[in-house]
Amino acid sequence: MNRPEKIDFILAGVGGQGTILASDILTGVGFRSGFDVKKSEVHGMSQRGGSVESQVRWGREVFSPLVEKGRADFLVGFEMLEAARWPAYLAPGGVALVNRYRIFPPAVNTGQADYPPEGDIDRLIAARARLVWWIDASDAATALGHPAVAGVVLLGALSRFLPVAEDIWQEVVAELVPPRAVELNRRAFAAGRALDCPGS
Amino acid sequence: MAKVMSGNEAIAYGAYLAGVRVASGYPGTPSTEILENLVHYPGICTEWATNEKVGFDVAVGAAYAGSRALVTMKHVGLNVAADSLFYAVYTGVPGGLVVVTADDPGMFSSQNEQDNRHYGRFAKLPVVEPSDSEEAKRFTMEAFAISERFDVPVLLRITTRIAHSSSPVETVDGKPPRSRRDAPPGGEEPSYRSEGYSFPRHPQKYVMVPANARLRHPVVEERLRQLAAFAEESPLNRIIPGGGDLGVVTCGVAYQYAREVFPDASFLKLGMVYPLPAQMIRTFAASVKRLLVVEELDPFLEEQIRLLGVEASGKEYFSLIDEYTPDRLRQKAAAAGLVPGLDLPPVVPAALPGRPPMLCPGCGHRGIFYVLHQLGAAVAGDIGCYTLGAAPPLSAMHTTGCMGAGIGVAHGIQRAGVKDKVVAVVGDSTFYHSGMPPLVNVLWNDAPVTVIVLDNLVTAMTGHQANPGSSATIRGQGFAIDLERMLRRMGFDLVDTVDPLDYEETMRVVKRHLDTARPSVVVARRPCALQARFRKPPYRIEPGACTDCGTCLKLGCVAVSRYGGNMAINRELCVGCGLCQAVCPQGAVYSEAGVGK
Repeated sequence: MNRPEKIDFILAGVGGQGTILASDILTGVGFRSGFDVKKSEVHGMSQRGGSVESQVRWGREVFSPLVEKGRADFLVGFEMLEAARWPAYLAPGGVALVNRYRIFPPAVNTGQADYPPEGDIDRLIAARARLVWWIDASDAATALGHPAVAGVVLLGALSRFLPVAEDIWQEVVAELVPPRAVELNRRAFAAGRALDCPGS
Repeated sequence: MAKVMSGNEAIAYGAYLAGVRVASGYPGTPSTEILENLVHYPGICTEWATNEKVGFDVAVGAAYAGSRALVTMKHVGLNVAADSLFYAVYTGVPGGLVVVTADDPGMFSSQNEQDNRHYGRFAKLPVVEPSDSEEAKRFTMEAFAISERFDVPVLLRITTRIAHSSSPVETVDGKPPRSRRDAPPGGEEPSYRSEGYSFPRHPQKYVMVPANARLRHPVVEERLRQLAAFAEESPLNRIIPGGGDLGVVTCGVAYQYAREVFPDASFLKLGMVYPLPAQMIRTFAASVKRLLVVEELDPFLEEQIRLLGVEASGKEYFSLIDEYTPDRLRQKAAAAGLVPGLDLPPVVPAALPGRPPMLCPGCGHRGIFYVLHQLGAAVAGDIGCYTLGAAPPLSAMHTTGCMGAGIGVAHGIQRAGVKDKVVAVVGDSTFYHSGMPPLVNVLWNDAPVTVIVLDNLVTAMTGHQANPGSSATIRGQGFAIDLERMLRRMGFDLVDTVDPLDYEETMRVVKRHLDTARPSVVVARRPCALQARFRKPPYRIEPGACTDCGTCLKLGCVAVSRYGGNMAINRELCVGCGLCQAVCPQGAVYSEAGVGK
């Protein structure tokens, strides 16, 4: 793969889903493979079950820690509704990877709103993306042993598009996850990387 | 070697490299992680203070005693510490004092978006502002040097996007950065004491009675003149020549956005944002055809640049409100005809249900707010996770202003005369921060206000920092205040403690306090559900018994939802607190553990 001038990522999910760990891994991988990197995330109130998002940028020289709307190369949705909030950030021709997993927000719980159907979310994101790849990452993670590794399954799938050797990914994953979870995360990454990508 | 660090990690690393010996502060998003990282470096006395002013005074004392000292807080924390900031500028600080103010443009976790660069002008001290993590480290080190050279505290101003964004930082051989994971806190005895040092007696400089303060004010003004001259040569301010006609004066994270939106412009990047280098600005302005000022929030640089007689535009195009982003900046710049806009295929805006933060399943605050909602009390609140009690469906907090305001506001509501029962709710950390003076005021003036201390034994919202009631300090195990004993010793004769998840008892006790025409305190104690990892078998709803009345939904618990014709409990989210069982009028909720009704 040619080395691009810059690669921008948006990771979107719900507080507690592991978007921060995933963005740390993604930042570490970019840095170790020779890119300048920046990462931005918001702490505080958003952690109490609210929407959370991380932005990661790789490039020759990265200035802004925030991805510009309309310039993101990849959108990684840890939850379907959260992915649906970010298509305007994708560059035309960008790629979205969406975990087929729903966490109902309060308004849906109380019957005041409907959770949008998968087809609607797909159409919304496809208005910008050249590829919307639906991944059963939470199911795969549960089958591997723990639902918390869904994010690493998604990173495995994402790695298919990036000019970085698999051993760099595995090294960084092993450094950033708790020691007793290294093996599970290794398998989660490999499982994601081995998935059939509809675009390839 | 380089390591990717957040701005907050980099400030801690820079303070360590600069030889800081004493550090204090109060947790506040987005500043909290500075001290949480610093505590892992050897040889530094790092402490949480009860509030920002107290932490500031601790740091001042350390600097008076010849140590380099650091104090950290969020932007509104500097309001709390402002009285101390002003005297410390008058006295000066021989040991070097760096004050971190973490501003929050966009109000991700704050009650306002004040621009604390103004404190530089107001209190007459230098302000430095980094634009990424490497600068956060370097500017922290440089701030200590400036502080000692000019005998003045230095304000290190960061914003949320600097504090919580990460980028590579050069590390120094032999002084490797350590992360929070590398060492458990509390292991080694800190070696920050300088044995044999005698505290200087210098009352004309350090005793700010009017006669002495009058002698210091000219020193303050002369020092500012010298700092302005220093700003002309400081490496913190630099010019980056470009190719076009446009010149941009900028600082902080706005610099990074401006570099992307105006790739051909020349830049005057100000790392020292007060006092300004007047000659440098004039020279830069003369080298370009058009001068733009790009800064988040107030026109702090722009107004001063205009006062120099230099023509510049800024806020006529760019917003005073909210944080900047590359796309917001580009939109405004494109509207002003300065750059072309991005031509993007439209994305149909979808009406998506929001996902606001909520009280966690098992949170004790829910029990109190449900009871207060039932009793229809007028509730003056405060700052913490429990401010979420203002949101529907609980809707049981009616004012929130700043740390410690609630008790005084409740007192005033009661004094004005209303038909409502008046309650103040305050979290444990907020109580120790600034709840005690208004509580004494209630007692002293005999105001019949019921104060409920929501005691989850930790400063939860900022990420579970210890407070004086936690049986811990930032280093680990420690002293805890006996809250009820203190309240009784203060003179409260009506003090009760409840478990807020015991619905019937909480209702009975709160009702009794509201019916008592005298000052009283309820301590609602329940460890934070996130920290205690409280988990019991989940509850279920018996579909045959549920009448879809919706009472359980009024608790605002994410684990309970309306599903089909009745209610259901999500087994993964439910932690088994049982509050929904206690309020269900049909007796339709039972525990999977078989201990239900």
